[in-house]
Order: sequence, then C-alpha cells, then structure tokens
Amino acid sequence: MTNKTRTKPDSGKRSGSGTHAAPMNDTLLARALTAVRGKKILTHIGLILFGLAMLYPLLWMISSALKPEELIFREQGLIPTSITFENFGAGWNALRHPFGHYFMNSAIITAGAVVGNLLACSLAAYAFARLEFPLKRFWFAVMLGSIMLPLHVVIVPQYILFSELGWINTFYPLIVPKFLATDAFFIFLMVQFIRTLPRDLDEAALIDGAGHWRIFSRIIIPLSMPALATTAIFTFIWTWNDFLSQLIFLTNPDVHTVPVALRTFLDSSGESSWGPMFAISVLSLGPIFGFFLAGQRYLVRGIATTGLK
Amino acid sequence: MTAVQVPPKQALPQAVPVLPDPEHARQSRRKRRREALTALAFLAPWFVGLIVITAGPLLASLYLSFTDYSLLGDHEWVGLDNYTRMFDDPRFVKALTNTAIYVFVSVPLQLSFALALALILDRGVRGLPIYRSIYYLPSLLGSSVAIAILWRKVFGADGLVNDFLGFLGIQGTSWVSNPDTALGTLIVLNVWTFGSPMVIFLAGLRQIPGSYYEAASIDGAGKIRQFFSITLPLLTPIIFFNLILQLINAFQSFTQAYVVSGGNGSPADSTLFYTMYVYERGFNAWQMGYASAMAWVLVLIIASLTAVNFLMSKYWVFYNDK
Repeated sequence: MTNKTRTKPDSGKRSGSGTHAAPMNDTLLARALTAVRGKKILTHIGLILFGLAMLYPLLWMISSALKPEELIFREQGLIPTSITFENFGAGWNALRHPFGHYFMNSAIITAGAVVGNLLACSLAAYAFARLEFPLKRFWFAVMLGSIMLPLHVVIVPQYILFSELGWINTFYPLIVPKFLATDAFFIFLMVQFIRTLPRDLDEAALIDGAGHWRIFSRIIIPLSMPALATTAIFTFIWTWNDFLSQLIFLTNPDVHTVPVALRTFLDSSGESSWGPMFAISVLSLGPIFGFFLAGQRYLVRGIATTGLK
Repeated sequence: MTAVQVPPKQALPQAVPVLPDPEHARQSRRKRRREALTALAFLAPWFVGLIVITAGPLLASLYLSFTDYSLLGDHEWVGLDNYTRMFDDPRFVKALTNTAIYVFVSVPLQLSFALALALILDRGVRGLPIYRSIYYLPSLLGSSVAIAILWRKVFGADGLVNDFLGFLGIQGTSWVSNPDTALGTLIVLNVWTFGSPMVIFLAGLRQIPGSYYEAASIDGAGKIRQFFSITLPLLTPIIFFNLILQLINAFQSFTQAYVVSGGNGSPADSTLFYTMYVYERGFNAWQMGYASAMAWVLVLIIASLTAVNFLMSKYWVFYNDK
C-alpha cells in the first residue's frame, strides 16, 4: 500500500516542472513512462532468473528422479529425454521395510506433535495472555528463555530419562514432550495473538457466569484459528524435517522415520543408486510442499510476527 | 506450585483506605486465589514439561559435565577435567573453528541477500506474493535430509555445479570431498535459505510510513539519500532481530553437515560442526560427561554472543518509538 504513495512524489515532480510547455510535457511524460516500464520489465526478468537459479537444484532433483539411472549424470538438461518411474519403485523397496513404513512412522509422530502443540501451547498461552497469577512476569521470562535453549544441552539427560522409562525406540520421546508444551515458541506466538483479541467478549461471558474453561474453549479458541493454523503448519514442517532427535531416540530400523531412513539409504548404497535416492527424497519433500501451498498465508504471517524459520 | 500459596499482597493496602469493608476484601482475595488456581490448571502441562523435560535435564547436564558418565556403570566426579580437556582436544578446536567460520560467513551473506531482495520486492513489484513464495520455499526445505542429500550430489564430482562450470569451460573438482571447499558448500546451503529473514524484512519495510519518503523528496532528498536516512535507520531493529535469530540458529545447525559429510565431518574433519562433535562424543563414544560439558560451553557461547549483540545494539540500532 505504501508503495503507491511512495512513487507519487516523483511523478508529481516530473509533471510539475513542465506545466508551462504542454506538448513537451506529453512526450516527456510518455518517455518517462516507457523508461519506468522498461525498468520494471528488467526488474521482473532479473527476479525470475534469480528465482529459477534458486529453484534449479530442486527441479534438477525432480528431473533426475524421473530419468533412467544411466542418464542422470550423462544428460545435463532439465527435461528428460525418456521418463521412467523405475527409480521410485527401486527406492521404495531399497531398505528392510518398504518406504511406506517409514512414511507411516513419520506421519504418526508428526500428527502426535501437532495435536500436542495445539493443545498444550494454547492452554499455557491463555493463562499468560488472560489470567493474573503470582510471579507471572517471572514465568513468562522463563518461558521466553527456554525458547533459546539449544537442544544439545538437555538431550543427554533426556536420553537417560527416556531410557530409564523404556521409551527408547518408541515414539513417546518425540510426542509426549509436545503435550507438555516444550515448544515454547508456539506459546509465545499464541500469547501475542490472544493479546490482540478484544477483551469485551471475555468480560461479557464472565458476567454471564461463564468460567475460564468456557471462555477459552468457546471464545478464544475459535477466534485464534489463524494462530492455531500457523502453529499446526510449523509444527508439521519442523517435525517432518526433524533429524537429530529422531536419530538419537529411534535406533531400531523398525521405528525409523523418513529422514533417518533416507540417511541409512545414503549410507548403505553409498554413491551408487542416486536415481532411487532422489526419487525418495522428492517424495519425502512432498508433504512439506503440500502444506506450503495450502498454508502460505499463515506461514508468511507467522514468520512476519515472530520470526519463525 | 509454590506460586499459588503466595497471598495477593497488593489487595490489602489498596482496599483498606477506601472503606473498611472486610467482606469486599475477602471476596476479591478469594477471586484472585481462584484465578491463580485456574491459571495453574491451564499451565499445568507446561509446568510439568518445564521441570521434567527442560529445567531438570538442564541441571542434570550441568552436573554430568563435571563427571565421566558413560550411561553404563557409575559416574565419577572429575571436577573441571571435561572443560580443560576441550582445549587440548584438536577435534574440538577444529569443530569450534569450523562452526565459527560457518556462522560468521554465512549469516552476514544470508542477511545481505535477504535485505537486498526485500528492498527490490518492496518497490511495488507486481506479483510480490509469487516471488516471495518462490524465494521462501528453500527456507522450509533447507533443513531436511533430502536437501542435504541433494546438496551432496549438486556439489559432487559429476554434479550440477560442475556441469555448469564445464559449460563455461572450467574444470571443477568434487566440492564436497575436497577439504578446502566442503565447508563452503554448507555455507552456500545456509545462504540459499535467505527467504525467511527476507519475509521478516518485507514486513518491517511495510511498517515505514510512506509520508516519510514524501517529506524527504519534497525536501529534495534523492533515492540514495532516502535509503540511508530513512529506510536503513528504521530497519535497524529488524536487522538486529534477524541477526540474533540467525546467529543462534546457525550455531546449532547439525543435519546438513551431518548428512553432507556422511556423519563424521569428512573430508579431514573440514565439516565437523560443534553440534556434530557433541553428538559423536555423547552418543557414539558414550562420553556423556564430556558431551554435556561441550553443550554447556555452547550455551555460554550463544548467550555471550547474544549479550554482546545487545550491548553493541546501543550504537547502531535506532528505535523510533521515543
């Protein structure tokens, strides 16, 4: 919106300087307009070329996944001369389990993490945004501080704890913490959002005798859908991409997730089967790409307000 | 949990001078206590998580960092041994150096790209949402194993980069298996994900009122002058925010180096990152005491870097809200 007002003074100045010579003014204006248009087209060409360069590796991966093995490094163009789906079949069955098994494991963990984050983080966010309690500022600072804590500094004791509980090689270490609101970033995101909601509705409900649970579940949650969507999408993408904690807590191939299985695939077949590996890599990025397309609006708003990755 | 038992101290002095109405004071006290109990109920999962998953392990790892714990068997108090050992450990020094180079080269480059593209896109380019999405996509995919595998091949001996160089008549090497260039490929990968700071810059640019530019151009300020006198100063808080965020992120990056190097920082430890070495010591060599000590040093590094940044910010970050 500001862009329009920002270009105005320029054009105003140009036409203003030549008001006494009307015919001159016309040609000057026309020339200035074509110059502006030419510059704009140049900008677009530059932006498109740059975008293509950025996406080129991805396109190359997709095209390589569709090429017969012997052509991947021989043929340099993006468009395959012959298309095959062999790579997908070969990759799917390359490890002990078909890749569907690993996709299912990833899906279970991701779904659990999304539900856990939505539930636990919204509960905590309501308390921080709407309730008064002793030492509130202190606890809020603790919550913010926990966001910046590197995973590495807690993962060794966590491993010891989870192995005492017999949870290594189960999905619990990856799901249960989410139900305990350990992804504090999303508490912060929702606190920021709930604070922007008008308090009139809560107060009216309070006077009508509604308790905080009712206000939370009937008023705040329905109004917070954008923040919840942002939380869900980012939790999905982060959990789907997560590698370190899955690598540590899931050592048995039966419970491996897609990223860990892909790593095993890379290790076991070395430099030999790039076609199948690319094919599975493309498939593994599919869900993220889907969520990206579906939830762009929420993603952009989420990053803009909180600086999420 | 102790929080609930604390009496609401402010209630009494406020209520007494107005009217000696003990019934009213008691009621409001009761209301407050009820609200605190409600808050406790809402915060219960978070409190449990804080104690069991975050704070407890944090203290435990501090304790372990003074022991030689190895998961099996007992642990023995070794004092500061783990900390002094680090500086005699050439692999630790190598990992710290690699990570520092990675962070201090890739983050400024990444933010420069982000700022430059944001400035170009903010000048009323039509189709802004499409460009924004295209440039943002790598940020979402960049931390995945799949992209790391792709990177290994793009910069491999017969990969995309060498295809391109061959097209220009230049003979390339295998970038990922040459110790001089392997770290560079990871830096390129981090720069590639400039999209998320770019989106933050775009949001910041939109906050600058158009009237500032109008006033400046009436006063005869040119485009360049406007950039240095309006855009850049008003954008410094966002630059600062992005800088802190990306520095913290980059210091902890793990997946990319782990996958591109095949899990061991090869070639010749040139891509051994700090976090990879912590992982290797802790979960491959089971030297959990040593790993905990390194993790605590990482926390100290990140904390002091952030603190220095905040101190320095006084000299270059401009806040318009005064």
